[in-house]
Amino acid sequence: MSHDLIVLGAGPAGANAALAAAGAGLRVVVIDEQPAAGGQVWRAPWAGLVRDDASPERRDGDALRAALAKSSAEVRFGRRVWSVGGAFRVDAIGPDGNEVFEAPRLIAATGAHERVVPFPGWTLPGVIGLAAATVLLKSHGVVPASPVIVAGCGPLLAAVAAGIIKAGGRVAAVVDLAGPDEWLRASPKLLTRPALMAQGLGWVARIAGAGVPILFRHGVREAEGEGRLRTVVVGPVDATGAPTDGRQTRYAVGSLVIGHGLVPGAEVPRLFRAAMRYDRTLGGHVPVLDADGRTSVPGLYAAGDGTGIRGAAVAVETGRLAGLAAAHDGGGLGPERFAALAAPCRAALAHLQAFSVAMAAMMALRPHHVAGITADTVICRCEDVTRAEIEAAADAGATEVNQLKHFTRCGMGPCQGRMCGDVAAEVLAGKTGATRESVGQWTARPPLRPVPMADLMGRFDYADIPIPRPAPL
Amino acid sequence: MSHVHDLAVVGGGVHGATAALFCARGGMDVTLLDRGPLCREASGVNAGTLTMQMTRVALIPYALRAHAMWASASEWLGHDVGVVVCDGLSLAFTEQEAEILTFRAGKRREAGAPIRIIDGKAALVVEPGLSGKVLVAGHCAVDGYANAYLTGLAYRNALIEAGVTLHENRPVSGVDPGDTGFTLATPAGPVRAKRLLLAGGVWIEPMLAWLGITLPIKTLINQLAVTERIAPVMRTVVGIASGLLSLKQYPHGTVVIGGGWQGLGDRERGGVELLPDRLVGNIRLACHAIPALAGARLARAWAGLEAETRDALPAAGPVPGIPDAYVCGSVHSGYTSGPYIARLLAERILGREPDMPLFPIDRLLQPEPAPVGETAP
Repeated sequence: MSHDLIVLGAGPAGANAALAAAGAGLRVVVIDEQPAAGGQVWRAPWAGLVRDDASPERRDGDALRAALAKSSAEVRFGRRVWSVGGAFRVDAIGPDGNEVFEAPRLIAATGAHERVVPFPGWTLPGVIGLAAATVLLKSHGVVPASPVIVAGCGPLLAAVAAGIIKAGGRVAAVVDLAGPDEWLRASPKLLTRPALMAQGLGWVARIAGAGVPILFRHGVREAEGEGRLRTVVVGPVDATGAPTDGRQTRYAVGSLVIGHGLVPGAEVPRLFRAAMRYDRTLGGHVPVLDADGRTSVPGLYAAGDGTGIRGAAVAVETGRLAGLAAAHDGGGLGPERFAALAAPCRAALAHLQAFSVAMAAMMALRPHHVAGITADTVICRCEDVTRAEIEAAADAGATEVNQLKHFTRCGMGPCQGRMCGDVAAEVLAGKTGATRESVGQWTARPPLRPVPMADLMGRFDYADIPIPRPAPL
Repeated sequence: MSHVHDLAVVGGGVHGATAALFCARGGMDVTLLDRGPLCREASGVNAGTLTMQMTRVALIPYALRAHAMWASASEWLGHDVGVVVCDGLSLAFTEQEAEILTFRAGKRREAGAPIRIIDGKAALVVEPGLSGKVLVAGHCAVDGYANAYLTGLAYRNALIEAGVTLHENRPVSGVDPGDTGFTLATPAGPVRAKRLLLAGGVWIEPMLAWLGITLPIKTLINQLAVTERIAPVMRTVVGIASGLLSLKQYPHGTVVIGGGWQGLGDRERGGVELLPDRLVGNIRLACHAIPALAGARLARAWAGLEAETRDALPAAGPVPGIPDAYVCGSVHSGYTSGPYIARLLAERILGREPDMPLFPIDRLLQPEPAPVGETAP
């Protein structure tokens, strides 16, 4: 074994897991596909990009990167993990080809991916994910083409709109599925973290100061344009996310930034067949965990948004707990020391609970949001599978998502259903009248990310390929 | 007393579904039960290859007829399984492989497969995507592939149209062979039938155990991989002399890489895990054969089960000592040959004389004969 512990992902959860375990004496390696630690929220700016950025995210990210650099944890950035297996072996493509890591324990801290509930025109160039826009702004200093409509739900709406305005872009409107009543109801819980509440109010002030209208209880009906986005049609929705009658507004735009929350990136626990459960308020299917982040598979732990959408502050604590648990289970921490180190994490989680649950609720898939998807709208953009085709598959007898995949190729493309999985399952469940639990989740398959065959192959001699014994004649 | 079907089929893969279809069309009242949806195991996740060059010599006459069935699936099955008939090549890169290839192709040709041996240059004419390193190739015009994942949908529609009572997601936990017919135990209550066909692939072993019969079935865990959609890089089905590669590009652009490299898993848990070193070996072999593949990205890999009897020949015939009970499965490269062998068994169940001999399991219930080594490469 090359290490005592492998950590997948160097965001708030993974980096803190690595720090905690390395602090307890474990030989830790942390692997990430990005060039630096920080994940999405605390993402480092691209090398060479000089920016005046005094945001709390930047500060926290820099602190994390400094702590990781000082720790004994090995870091492997710029690595694309494609295979996980055994107990445990991780294969990653790096600058020098395939690298193999082995350890008796593995922490999956692989974050989340974005949910975009489709609408006509959502695949047009010029339509950008809300989370993707934060990456462009934070890491690359790239501002979406003005005028911009910022649409969807959750706290990223205000963050991105304010970020665009600050960077000199022009926002035509902010379109929020939530009503002001929802924000009001959430505000006592948001006040439990005054600094973040203040930051949020700062965003809103900047949006209001720029004279940008905020359309509550509205959603994007349609994006139009020949070859690229030109106009966006916005209309009212009800509290369940379903479109309602009422005045529609058409905007001439340069870009549309849109996102409807996040889906946990739980592919690693799924690949290991860990016990999973569906929880709408956590964003989808998540691994079943004990209080310290142990999955049902011995030696496999999970932390951060990949275990349910709860945000960066919660990820820090669940990451630390998982790192401590791995150290404890590996003999690096006695029970008393573990309890002492874990106690502040648990206290912090208890304090963060109200805020993170309220935020996650704003980002959860609304019960009738998919009702607004028109029949010929593509849901699986890798394979061009429309809503009508998914419903036809249901009529043809598909009762769960893996059968749906066989019938339609939905989810068979290079993203392996990361983009469409949650919505496709929701549409299938809606059509068949089944629960999300019973329509299930796609079986996870390697590679975790698409990898070029040339990188996988490396250099080889034909004579050295270990060709198995031929089948009988 | 509940309804008594003429025939109950347990297992909804290609074998069970084909037999059920032809028995229903032959006038029987048929029910088919599967613990999951139709064709979601080996019949739905295999590489879809319809080739003579990986088929066992003894099965060539069956595989030729089965190939013709697949090629005309839209007529007899009535639904599309994405079958493409094209040339097939089996490659040799070394002298030793050339020797194996020539010997094996000769044996298959004797059995009726129209395979000819061509040199590397001629192979490049058949398949311009090939590597220039090919010494010789076996060329067979009877080759091709289906879209295995469409199998379940096609059979499902055909079975419903034929009037088969379909019970998907209904596992059978045991069979009681009573005096007046078979009673199948299921969570949703018993199902009764005068005749029984066990067509459970690798699960034939536990199914036959219901009847007190011990027939060991080995479970192979075949690794497969598929690229993202890419521009055309090949137009044939490509394999190698040892049989450990199958490669074809589908009309939608993906290239499926198979060949039976073994992953981890078993009958109870299915294909649990792919071994990365073997996946890389399989991919190296594929890119050695079709160099342009190196530019593609690997999109997905998975493992499918394949059943194998002691002599790697099918278990297809009556169950000895139990009147009106039959078994069908464990056919080597069974996706290719399956429909024909299952149709033969359906003829037998319908009381007709099959056109070709079945593969009764009596031979597999005897003690294993002394091992006989292969006499040639």
